[in-house]
Amino acid sequence: MVMQRVVIEPGSGSQHYWRDLWQYRGLLLFLAWRDVMVRYKQTAIGILWAVLRPVLTIGAMWFIGWLFGSTVPEGTPRILMVCAATLPWQFFATSFSETANSLISNSNLLTKVYFPRLILPLSTVLVSAIDFAVAFLIMVVLMVIHAYLPGPEVFLLPVFILLTLVSSLGIGLLIASLNVKYRDFRYVVPFIVQFGLYVTPVAFTSQDVFTNPAVPSLVKYLYACNPMVAVIDGFRYCLFGASQSIHWDGFAISCGISVLLLVVGIIHFRRTERGFADII
Amino acid sequence: MSAPIIRVEGLGKRFTLHHKQRERYTALRDVIAEKARSMFSSSTAKGGTSEFWALKDLSFEIGAGDRVGIIGRNGAGKSTLLKVLSRIVDPTTGRVTIDGRLSSLLEVGTGFHPELSGRENIYLNGAILGMSRREITAKFDEIVDFAGVERFLDTPVKRYSSGMYVRLAFAVAAHLEPEILVVDEVLAVGDAEFQRKCMGKMKEVAMGGRTILFVSHNMAAIQNLCSTAIYLKQGQLVTQGDTPAVISEYLKDSGAAARVDLASRPDRQGNGAIRFTGFYLSDDQGRELAAAQSGASVVFNFDISAQGDALRNLEVAMGIDDQYGQRITHLSNEVSGQSFPTADGATRISIRIPKCPLRNGNYSFTIFSKVNGEIADYLLNAGGFHVESGDFFGTGRSPAEDQGTFFVDHSFALT
Repeated sequence: MVMQRVVIEPGSGSQHYWRDLWQYRGLLLFLAWRDVMVRYKQTAIGILWAVLRPVLTIGAMWFIGWLFGSTVPEGTPRILMVCAATLPWQFFATSFSETANSLISNSNLLTKVYFPRLILPLSTVLVSAIDFAVAFLIMVVLMVIHAYLPGPEVFLLPVFILLTLVSSLGIGLLIASLNVKYRDFRYVVPFIVQFGLYVTPVAFTSQDVFTNPAVPSLVKYLYACNPMVAVIDGFRYCLFGASQSIHWDGFAISCGISVLLLVVGIIHFRRTERGFADII
Repeated sequence: MSAPIIRVEGLGKRFTLHHKQRERYTALRDVIAEKARSMFSSSTAKGGTSEFWALKDLSFEIGAGDRVGIIGRNGAGKSTLLKVLSRIVDPTTGRVTIDGRLSSLLEVGTGFHPELSGRENIYLNGAILGMSRREITAKFDEIVDFAGVERFLDTPVKRYSSGMYVRLAFAVAAHLEPEILVVDEVLAVGDAEFQRKCMGKMKEVAMGGRTILFVSHNMAAIQNLCSTAIYLKQGQLVTQGDTPAVISEYLKDSGAAARVDLASRPDRQGNGAIRFTGFYLSDDQGRELAAAQSGASVVFNFDISAQGDALRNLEVAMGIDDQYGQRITHLSNEVSGQSFPTADGATRISIRIPKCPLRNGNYSFTIFSKVNGEIADYLLNAGGFHVESGDFFGTGRSPAEDQGTFFVDHSFALT
């Protein structure tokens, strides 16, 4: 075994941070595995919850969209449009809220053992991704029912799954590290998730906003600042192809905000990480 | 000493204390309010924060293969030191260099999840403590065997008895194989039988040539396990050296803590011909001790003040009670066969115990005196003292904790 030298100095720990992170990947998998194992213990229907929740949400969102008559392109079933938005939205919502609480709920680990702290939020994101994979079966089933086959754009889908990860991880990391010191952010999380659903094109589509002359351009730009706008527009583009014209300005802003949030999130996390055990 | 495996230079750890704050965490509201307040007032008063150095300017070296005990009172910085060495908290100043893989055991069962089965928790806990999946699989049977939970491997640990839980937790930790093992007080768990097993395992690990840092309040365990020791006081190093020397230094230190003031006690009986005014422990040379130690000599000293000058036929008796108020023994000059026909001018009564037979723990005492056949001063539950564990038999072994409250010298013969 290679002798490994560790130097501990104030504000250090960064020398080999990313290498350490890689070395601890086993722990990351174990923590994710723990959360998956634990999540549906002592429940009657178990993993079916990962399906039932999105199914109910899809139903409600479909109803709202139908009631207010949001635009649906010719030949695309409304239920598929709604499903293509609900799944990434729920992915984002669980991933974000679990990440934001990941440090607090593992405070016993933070104060007793060393590991790169990024392991915790990363493992919760991984767990949400597993839930997403299960829930995605709904989409497949709905497509089969409607005998709908997506075009070649569907191969771009992983890019937008990654973008969902980026946006939820970015804001999740930021709030997780703030949460360690200011527990106020515990209350911000459910609010963001609840509020986010109203300003994200789940029940409606981005065309409803961008092509509506009644909406002032300032509001359009504000709308585009929501990182999930790009994700959902992207999902719909991948699944329904050319019938979904992407509003490129809004798309670019939205992507930019996602990446910016991730960078800010990581920087803030890394900067405060060494003090977590002192103040949690 | 062999080449240092851990080198600590000028290590310091500062905590900021917030006096006003009642909650454990900061609320954003308070920060904003504080900022707003400081904006309008020119004063730099910061609402009652003060600094506290849990470790200060600490330097020492530990050689490869050393077994080092870390001792000190509560709040001396022992746990903080372990946390810095384990990279859980960041130091404020200084530098630590560690050559090798260090695993810390600050609490048994860290990361155990109550809903998961014993089997699952072994893997999870092992991973948290830094074992790879392969290492755990290789040691799995040994761990299960050590913990003695074969039959319950697939039961969620929330249904375990607390004893089983702790056994399983320790078993995982005991099978770690780092070059440096840092252990904090984990032996204070489980029943006597299991503690013995743990101690044996620790010794086995230590003999395997690994470096061990062991924090404990149990002096017998430290004496038994560690070749050298470090004594910390208020975050600073007092001494480092051979274990017995460091322990006696520790026991002698801050003797004032063990002084009992008796002068102002109102609840006394007797005519007051003499009064007990204070109590302290000392060693044979008269140096004050903070605590007695099993197997070592100790002197109980009572300061007295006499009223008048005709102290005839002084009789003194001391009763010692255990922590449950049970009288354990009675010391008096009557049974020791000494008499003090006159005691004029005396200011102190000393009772020497050549080899303290008491187990570690807290004891209280009652003190009684007669002058000229009349009760002079009588203080029920006058005060208490502490006994640290020690190597009474000189063999490094003691009977289990539940096997009585004191030691008796003895020898065996086979005929």
